[in-house]
Amino acid sequence: MNDFSAHPSARNGRPARDLRVDLGLVAAQIPASSRVLDLGCGTGTLLSYLMAERDCTGTGVEIDPQKVVRAIRRGVPVIELDLDRQLDQFSDNSYDVCVLSRTLQTIQRPAHVLEHMGRIANLMVVSVPNFGWWGHRLRLLGGHMPMSKELPYSWYDTPNIRHTTLLDLEELFDQLGFVVERKYSYTLRGRRLHMQGHISNLLAGAAVYVLRPGR
Amino acid sequence: MSAERTGSLGVTRTEVVRLFTEDEPLRLASGRALGPVDVAYETYGTLNADASNAVLVCHALTGDAHAAGFHEGDKRPGWWDTLIGPGKPLDTDRFFVICSNLLGGCQGTTGPSSPRPDTGEPYGLDFPLVLMEDFVNVHRALARHLGVGKLLAAIGGSMGGMQVLDWSLRYPEELANAIIVAASSRLTAQNIAFSAVARRAIVDDPDFRDGRYAAEGTSPDVGLAIARMMAHITYMSEDALDEKFGRTYQQQVRKPGFGIDFAVESYLDHQGQAFLARFDALSYLYLTRSMDYFDPFAETPPRVRPDPVKYLVLSFDSDWRFDTEHSRRIVRHLERGRLPVTFRELSSPWGHDSFLLDNDDYHATVRAYLDRALEVGL
Repeated sequence: MNDFSAHPSARNGRPARDLRVDLGLVAAQIPASSRVLDLGCGTGTLLSYLMAERDCTGTGVEIDPQKVVRAIRRGVPVIELDLDRQLDQFSDNSYDVCVLSRTLQTIQRPAHVLEHMGRIANLMVVSVPNFGWWGHRLRLLGGHMPMSKELPYSWYDTPNIRHTTLLDLEELFDQLGFVVERKYSYTLRGRRLHMQGHISNLLAGAAVYVLRPGR
Repeated sequence: MSAERTGSLGVTRTEVVRLFTEDEPLRLASGRALGPVDVAYETYGTLNADASNAVLVCHALTGDAHAAGFHEGDKRPGWWDTLIGPGKPLDTDRFFVICSNLLGGCQGTTGPSSPRPDTGEPYGLDFPLVLMEDFVNVHRALARHLGVGKLLAAIGGSMGGMQVLDWSLRYPEELANAIIVAASSRLTAQNIAFSAVARRAIVDDPDFRDGRYAAEGTSPDVGLAIARMMAHITYMSEDALDEKFGRTYQQQVRKPGFGIDFAVESYLDHQGQAFLARFDALSYLYLTRSMDYFDPFAETPPRVRPDPVKYLVLSFDSDWRFDTEHSRRIVRHLERGRLPVTFRELSSPWGHDSFLLDNDDYHATVRAYLDRALEVGL
């Protein structure tokens, strides 16, 4: 059990806990009836849920052809493009919410993508694994690249090319002028952490940020 | 897709119906009236009880109503037989498929070489200019004639995709899903330039006779064949031409000079000559011109609706006739209209013609989209 589904906005319809832990938390941050752009939508799980249960509309962006076809089959509008190069396809303020869920660590130009997100929507939800989690630090101290439930890949065969700790990521948000409205960090087992700063950077396996562009 | 599930429609045939008469003519976008209008069409599969499984197939510039199956005695199937048939992505066991020859065409539907009602002579250049929305209005009349008030989907490649786009913007309440493949919402100067040269080849052929060639017993074969040869180059990628022909010679014994020496020259010559047997020069003028004038987002911006048309827009990475930027432009406009759009750029080496060919990723995408469309319904 985790306590994300206890978030009030997640109580409508099917409980968000049917989703992957972090997706449930992401879903809970999205106001009902929003128009949502989900960058790195995979097979469209989040949007499919938001469309069916929360009266949302929206579009997913995905580059893996097989995932795109599965998203199409479940009725999620999806645009196949490269986040690093082609986000100019979307016009300013064309969405209410822009989601980047477990995707930041896989893209070449994270800052560039975040900038586009702030241009496209006035509310952003960013979910990331935490490279600074204590288990990862121990692995490094032991002389090995971090691996965990959050980062399950070998260094030579991983889609994750941009590892960040929560502290470093927050610095980037700051540089981009983003305002962190809410932050949820949680342990590898999905237990919510209520501490902030260095402690959460040590204990959190992952985090979800709710952001506003500073404009 | 498994082989045992897919099959051919077997023998199919083209029907003709008079949808507009002299007394009740078709009102064209130009304001002119046209009648009678006969339309050649084929249907495959069965319309279900609540008429909710109809899919309109729109053909490209030189296509016809014969999209799938075999005409009696033919060795080659219809032009989109790769996509349409039992168990295929456009599954005729589940969908009711309609395909008709375009207004202004020459394969059974009224066009510039059809006889005028007043004189009995072919219209020639007196045939009115026809636009994309005129094609769409004829499609709508045919759908109504067949008992279909709202299409589950319309699908088309190239100029076929333009008709689908036009329908979706003008009559969104009569269409649930629009599948637009390798198409454009606005031709570029280069696109128009290619068509301009093709048309000039036809019009300047001495046998064109100001469009009265049929009455005068001639035929602008040279011009039409050249038009087709040039257009055909634009339908294929450079790589496709290279792979097919390279710089190989047509004969063991070379024939230096200005005749046909390279294999690619022979191929184009064959394409040009074969085209003469099935296409009319005036139709070529009228139909290419309708594309030049097409710019639907300028006239009919997407309307926000509670129950919007859903879109699938596809392009091919080697297509340079209507390259991916054309499709991206369509997607941007639809996106701006807040309409649900799915877009993919598919990988295929064959250029613009890819939309007619077998391609697993392409067909899997169309299949997934149509399966979902049928599940959701109108």
